[in-house]
Amino acid sequence: MKIYDVLRETYSALSGNKVRTGLTMLGIIIGIGSVIAMTAIGQGAQNSISSSIQSIGANLVMVMPGAQRSFGGPSGGRGGAQTLTVGDADAIEASVSNVAGVVREVTSRKQVVATGTNTNTSIIGTEASYSTIRNVAIDEGSFITSQNVLSGSKVAVLGPTTRDDLFGVGATGVVGQKIRISGSEYNIIGITIAKGGSGFSNSDDAIYVPYTTAQRYLSGNKYLSEIDVSAQSSDVSAQVQTDITSLLMQRHNITDPTKTDFNTMNQADIIATASSVTSTFTALLAAIAGISLLVGGIGIMNMMLTTVTERTREIGLRKAIGAKRRDINFQFLTEAVVLTFTGGFLGIILGWLIAFGISYLGIVQASVSLSSILLAFGVSALIGIVFGYYPARHASSLNPIDALRFE
Amino acid sequence: MIEIKNIVKTYKTGDIEFNALNGVSFTINDGEFVAIMGPSGSGKSTLMHILGALDSPTGGTYFLDGKDVSTLSDDQLADIRKDKIGFVFQSFNLLPRTTVLRNVMLPLIYEGVASEEREKRAKEALASAGLDESHFTHLSNQLSGGQIQRVAIARALVNNPTLILADEPTGNLDTKTGEIVLETFRKLNKELGRTVVLITHEQDVAEHADRVLFIRDGLLIEDKKKIHKHI
Repeated sequence: MKIYDVLRETYSALSGNKVRTGLTMLGIIIGIGSVIAMTAIGQGAQNSISSSIQSIGANLVMVMPGAQRSFGGPSGGRGGAQTLTVGDADAIEASVSNVAGVVREVTSRKQVVATGTNTNTSIIGTEASYSTIRNVAIDEGSFITSQNVLSGSKVAVLGPTTRDDLFGVGATGVVGQKIRISGSEYNIIGITIAKGGSGFSNSDDAIYVPYTTAQRYLSGNKYLSEIDVSAQSSDVSAQVQTDITSLLMQRHNITDPTKTDFNTMNQADIIATASSVTSTFTALLAAIAGISLLVGGIGIMNMMLTTVTERTREIGLRKAIGAKRRDINFQFLTEAVVLTFTGGFLGIILGWLIAFGISYLGIVQASVSLSSILLAFGVSALIGIVFGYYPARHASSLNPIDALRFE
Repeated sequence: MIEIKNIVKTYKTGDIEFNALNGVSFTINDGEFVAIMGPSGSGKSTLMHILGALDSPTGGTYFLDGKDVSTLSDDQLADIRKDKIGFVFQSFNLLPRTTVLRNVMLPLIYEGVASEEREKRAKEALASAGLDESHFTHLSNQLSGGQIQRVAIARALVNNPTLILADEPTGNLDTKTGEIVLETFRKLNKELGRTVVLITHEQDVAEHADRVLFIRDGLLIEDKKKIHKHI
């Protein structure tokens, strides 16, 4: 029997019963498609969450003021207290080990005026190390220098969104112009590169000034609104966080750890929590997809078994007119392979289309992984071939007389 | 030419042995039209299976065109069926949802005949079996019983066999259609010189043949040659 004839026989057998062939393939298509799409969505969600956390900065430990300690009076609310000082930041820099850098910040929201336009945005008083620790890159001009901080100069670096609001979208030649914040005039010395929302704040819609300037002209006091500490690696960030907590408790004369006037947040913890959530989510999706693959597999199994049983007489006839056992085996194996591979191929396309559609709609940036394709395809191909081949092997070994008499 | 000598076939069910054939011998020459007759349980079906190389005898010898068929392996028997035997079954056994032409070409696929040659031979066989050309592209399930059996006869003819073996070919047909099918066999035998062996339990079907072999209890009890009424 020639290969061409085997393929023609296969085509004729599969197209002879289009409904059954279609349903069998549908099982494979849905099984494979859902595994691929769902793992792609889970993977995409995980990627987007960890990359957005990563964009805040590397191995960050953030220290923020807690509630104002008041005895009996109304609570000032978390973050509203004025408890962190430049001295605290200096102490952290000097005595906590494994610290790569410390950033002092004084943040407030102010009305900003340029020639003819104005906007309301956050004014981040900070220092030179901010750009490296918080992953803020400069597009044009320069970032705040330590000289600016020392002298408390009135210079400002604009985020691209703020630049667009004040000078028009994509405006050039902004560096060197002046803006007014709370009645004082500031020289624009740089524009940052857009990095998108980080999930906590939008670093593109902000104006950066030296923190000393912010203390003097904007907040009018010596306190800091946040201290960002960068640990040398993600392994030591927990130790850095504990050390900062005990150092600040000592400096603020607090003994009860539940009554601190500051909060610390460790980026590694946020990532770990977020990825444990997303991996649970991925596992859930994979489980649902796995069930549909299993159901698809049982469908294939069922179809193959009925097909072969139903065609026992045909097998008997083929043997009677001269087909050898291997001709029969080969024909049924080819049918199973063509069926599962065609279905598998369509399933991969379907999964890909779903993943693409979801990415296109911007729900989540789904990423199709090769391993999920191989897994889904492998499982269904295995089921299809085993359950297509095994009953055919049995039928082909029957005596043609018995096969012809089979009812 | 078919020569069988002392054919014995024993079936074993557990410890019980049953002899379906108890030593049957006869010779059928090329171009004969023979009916094998007998009541059910006589062993005629077993004999047909052995003649058709579907089964091997337990004892005795079977020479088909001078070749000993009684000791061959499964695959060698398949080759014998492919090259030397054409089957016509009581229940037709055409492939469903498949055209007449493809059904007839099926044996040639296993022989590895080129596809134009296959189509040519299938059309010739269908013409010999007396099926109108307008039916060639019909699906097998769109035909009447008589037409189906003629397609089956064409399929049995297409590989140019030494022997056409028909097992109760009229069993599922009404008398009138049955007559037409039997006439087709007669025509093949007379005009194309085909050797035809008919297995039946009906006297009037056996009447169509030139020679009738009666089988009972696994033995050949009568070998009756006669001049056919049409001649």
